[in-house]
Amino acid sequence: MIEFLHTYGLMFLVGSWPNGPVGGFAGTLVLAFLGLAGAFPAALLIGLARTSDIRVAKAVSTVWVYTFRSIPLIMIVFWAYFLLPVLIGTEVPPFSTALAAIIVYESAFLAEIIRAGLQSVPSGQMEAARAVGLGYFQALWSVQLPQALSNMIPSLLNQFVSTIKATSIVYIIGVQEAAFAAQQINSIELTAALRTYLVLALFYFLLCALLSRLAKALETHLRNKRLGLAA
Amino acid sequence: MDFSLSMLSDPEIMGMLGTGIATTLRLFAGALVCGFCAALVMTAVNLIPARAVQALVALYVEYHRNVPTVVQIMVWYFGMPEILPVPVRDWINRGNTEFSFALIALSLNVSAYYYEDIRSGIRAIAGTQIEAARSIGLSAMQALRYVALPQAVRYAVPPIINRSIILFKDTSLAMVIGVTELTYQAKRIENATFQTFQIFMIATVIYLCASLLIAAAGAQVARKFPASFKS
Repeated sequence: MIEFLHTYGLMFLVGSWPNGPVGGFAGTLVLAFLGLAGAFPAALLIGLARTSDIRVAKAVSTVWVYTFRSIPLIMIVFWAYFLLPVLIGTEVPPFSTALAAIIVYESAFLAEIIRAGLQSVPSGQMEAARAVGLGYFQALWSVQLPQALSNMIPSLLNQFVSTIKATSIVYIIGVQEAAFAAQQINSIELTAALRTYLVLALFYFLLCALLSRLAKALETHLRNKRLGLAA
Repeated sequence: MDFSLSMLSDPEIMGMLGTGIATTLRLFAGALVCGFCAALVMTAVNLIPARAVQALVALYVEYHRNVPTVVQIMVWYFGMPEILPVPVRDWINRGNTEFSFALIALSLNVSAYYYEDIRSGIRAIAGTQIEAARSIGLSAMQALRYVALPQAVRYAVPPIINRSIILFKDTSLAMVIGVTELTYQAKRIENATFQTFQIFMIATVIYLCASLLIAAAGAQVARKFPASFKS
């Protein structure tokens, strides 16, 4: 096992980098982080639209959320794979294709978290902010959003865990990430399949279990703070 | 891009699509039933008052929740044949190997989530309720049958339905090991006809409708059996 890790450890960690794009575990983290960060602005708009009084915005955002939560990521990846080059007119590298698919997919899930966060702020806050003369966007930006965002942090962390797990499918279009590295190692070392995939599973296990724990601790902390129990 | 669904009049294409839908449904139904039974067994096993048993159950749940489903499928399909006893391996290989391993992986995966849902359903009922039921003269079985279970089921059903939707979407991951489910067949039809847009549209609509249908069924159940008797 030690010899195995000695031979393939680097490939697991960074893929074929520096001779190629960053892959392996690092590739997974980069993809998940960019995916969630890219989805956030879109999700903020969708989440606001879901809670707004404008009929059309509400309908469009609801359809968006329900659609992309109801179809498998793999399907969205295939859509991105053949639609993006048609729309842009040039060839799109696999990483960007996967990133686009993940952003669209995650925006739907993130929008629901943001909606819940916005609704968790008592309506009196918004009313009071408007009453002292703030405009809608001012009140939103400086009163409702800051409170909503701090309530959302544990959910956001959990969504990051989901995103990390979701990215493991994009190796099918040739994106260099952890599952791709494992596939490569498995095809070089023909008799070490179990070891290869257990190392892969262990990576996800440790990372996701740690982040989930962190999310849980934060959640308890925030709840205690809200109840006035925290020191 | 001209959009015509003329390929649907081709019996060969229809056959491929039919196989895909049938395999997806079989995988979904199989994993749902097996996963639920496994979850019930785990609930019973976890009652054994031995630290080691409970730690094992906890590890089982953590593994399946923190490792991506597609990696779990790979571990089973590529890795497990190395250590499975020969008779078991032969038995699996006699049937549809890919389908069997995907079914095993998905069942175990979903069982961990179902188990958590059942457990939180049971935990949501105060222990005093059982005591009260016993004190007014119900037997232990009667207290379980008339007091504890009706409430536990109401708490557990909504998350179980949600998980089942995710399970349905996760059947698409079985394509990575070559199970002829809907996504895999869509890809094959695309290769055969080059009508990418049409076939992906058909597959997407099928996933969308099925997911929304399961959600609607869940909402129906939740309306009929509300978790809270207060409202």
